[in-house]
Amino acid sequence: MNKFAKKLMALGLSAMMTVPFLTACGGGSESGSASNGGDSASASGTVFKIGGIGPVTGGAAVYGLAVKNAAEMAVKEINAAGGINGVQVEFKFEDDVHDAEKSVNAYNTLKDWGMQMLMGTVTSTPCQAVVEETHKDNMFQLTPSGSAVESIKYDNAFRVCFSDPNQGLGSAKYIGENGLASKVAVIYNSSDVYSSGIYEKFSAEAANQPFEIVAAEAFTDDSKTDFTVQLQKAKDAGAELVFLPIYYQEASLILQQAATMEFAPKFFGCDGLDGILNVENFDLNLTKDVMLLTPFAADAQDEKTQKFVSDYKAAYGDVPNQFAADAYDAIYIIKAAAEKAGITPDMSTSDMADAMKKAMTEITYDGLTGAGMVWSADGEPTKAPKAVVIAVEEVTNDDGTKTLTGSYKAM
Amino acid sequence: MKKLSKSTKNSLINYGMVIALYAIVMIIQLCGGLSNSMKGFLVPVCIYVIMAVSLNLVVGILGELSLGHAGFMCIGAYTGAIFSKLTEDTITVAPIRFTIAIIIGAAFAALFGALIGIPVLRLKGDYLAIVTLAFGEIIKNLVNVINFGVDSNGLHFSLKSAMDMGLAEDGKIIIKGAQGISGTPQDSNFTVGIVLVLITLFIVQNLVNSRDGRAIMAIRDNRIAAESVGINITKYKLMVFTISAALAGAAGVLYSHNFSTLTSAGDKFNYNASIMILVYVVLGGIGNIRGSVIAAVILYILPEKLRFLSDYRMLVYAIVLIVVMLFNWSPKAKEFKETVSYKIKAMFAKKEETQA
Repeated sequence: MNKFAKKLMALGLSAMMTVPFLTACGGGSESGSASNGGDSASASGTVFKIGGIGPVTGGAAVYGLAVKNAAEMAVKEINAAGGINGVQVEFKFEDDVHDAEKSVNAYNTLKDWGMQMLMGTVTSTPCQAVVEETHKDNMFQLTPSGSAVESIKYDNAFRVCFSDPNQGLGSAKYIGENGLASKVAVIYNSSDVYSSGIYEKFSAEAANQPFEIVAAEAFTDDSKTDFTVQLQKAKDAGAELVFLPIYYQEASLILQQAATMEFAPKFFGCDGLDGILNVENFDLNLTKDVMLLTPFAADAQDEKTQKFVSDYKAAYGDVPNQFAADAYDAIYIIKAAAEKAGITPDMSTSDMADAMKKAMTEITYDGLTGAGMVWSADGEPTKAPKAVVIAVEEVTNDDGTKTLTGSYKAM
Repeated sequence: MKKLSKSTKNSLINYGMVIALYAIVMIIQLCGGLSNSMKGFLVPVCIYVIMAVSLNLVVGILGELSLGHAGFMCIGAYTGAIFSKLTEDTITVAPIRFTIAIIIGAAFAALFGALIGIPVLRLKGDYLAIVTLAFGEIIKNLVNVINFGVDSNGLHFSLKSAMDMGLAEDGKIIIKGAQGISGTPQDSNFTVGIVLVLITLFIVQNLVNSRDGRAIMAIRDNRIAAESVGINITKYKLMVFTISAALAGAAGVLYSHNFSTLTSAGDKFNYNASIMILVYVVLGGIGNIRGSVIAAVILYILPEKLRFLSDYRMLVYAIVLIVVMLFNWSPKAKEFKETVSYKIKAMFAKKEETQA
């Protein structure tokens, strides 16, 4: 091989490596020019650009999709009603596969698109990584469902849902004050931030309450199909109530396995249990009298919820869960705060964030996930949790067959 | 130029390629042409290049299939982050602290590499692959349950929950079980990443071209023959395994200081991650260091660049992987490439003739 060919090969290879970078630059400058007023529809100064980040593929896709759908629905409604301060809203949602690294990539991609405010991220762990970035850029961030304490540790970040400790605290207080049980067992997911966050605060608060935690059994994401060991321990310890600060998929298995073991305590859960009524091939009778503390119940009778649920069903074909409600609220909260702050799309992202930060602490918002919600400067919402109990009824259909339907009844 | 051996020339091309890449990126950045998403890729690209090159050392040069490479990255990431968290207040000069963190991360990963290597390297082939796979999962799950904190009384440690550590009021939780480490100082940047890539290339290439490297390749090509000429197989295998682990550990430190949160939950450090790195190595060409670098760069950026395909993104990515694999390894494609390269060479040969 002669040396010229060698050199050529080296050159070719290094050129190959820079191709992605160069094309990316092309893309970057394009979007740059768009936000400078090149493109007519998406030019800055005519629309608010709100970005969303969450998992729409992978194991946590259920939550991301719910948020994406509900947020898009809310944006459509707002645009149809004239937008924010008369300005239309553009919404773009990027996938992060519930991964911190991918989430930061998604955030950067959205920034290239010209995002001015972030509605996200959906899950807690990625949110902790993204909040560092939004803090650096001073971009306004409102997470619908990132419930870990650290998810909103900077002043530019707010959330719609309860923080994990608040749910633990609320649950312990509720059980204690209403005298639901004197011996409580907990089954929680130790590899999940949400679940262990709730459990930690719950067990700390339990010391101040008139009940005793007789068993605290953990499982992890790698062993979440068989709960007989945990249930047996709870049974042996004489638990009258089992607290389940977990998501509904695992909870449905626990209910099934408890029934086969003829272990029938009271079950009490948090907002993660919302959705248990829609589990397929699941005997709804098992969920009878399960109690949960949740800010949103799809079967609530108020007009707002019913409209949201029917619209969502019409658009996407299934019953919205609490994540969807959080996201729907999040978009409207951004609208309320933006109107209060009087921001305009030609403001810089940082100025916008400063105005929004101030406005967030001044607004009071009535939404699907709570009435009279107010925020403190640390980003935490104040709202009352609702305790509901699942009621199961037998309904006779038109053709004479009988089906079970579950619904949430306020306690 | 003529006096240099082929291998030296190859190594120099690799360094040149990385430095050229760095220079180009820096120039584009200065001009302000680098998009935010590209800026976000710079450090991860360095991390995966280091991972791919160091895994290539085991897979390509030693010829053993290791599926636990992400486990070493995990060890490096955690030890480095713990060190940075502990000394955040005492060592305030970030570059010094970060350098020490990288060394500590690499050292711990090397230690584990050696410890695991001793029993594991008695196995070969599929058995080695299975054991390394298991090891990666063990590391991940262990880290998942560790709670670690510090207060005025010293270090605290628990496998149950953060509360069971009994930290005093002034205590600081460093690892919080599955929630991992948060608030690690973000010391990583592209320059450090490139320097680490160059160091990795330097170590790996010099090892491959040394007397030890030839011994290692002899083991790969014919173990019995190598043993019969007196090559200490265990020693060399262990050496490769340890070096590879140390480099993966350094990449892990880079990783943990790039994002402020670090958890081992999810698929960041499990076998999926190990296999992804193996994909970079295989597609780049087993035993081909330059191939690993290029494959890692392109294959990391590709799925991000395919975002515009939204739902079809991962499907298209998978198809691209299959196509590249076929292009690289199918006999027909090889034949085709040879004819093309022959034609190109012939073209240049003619040109040179006419020039002369």
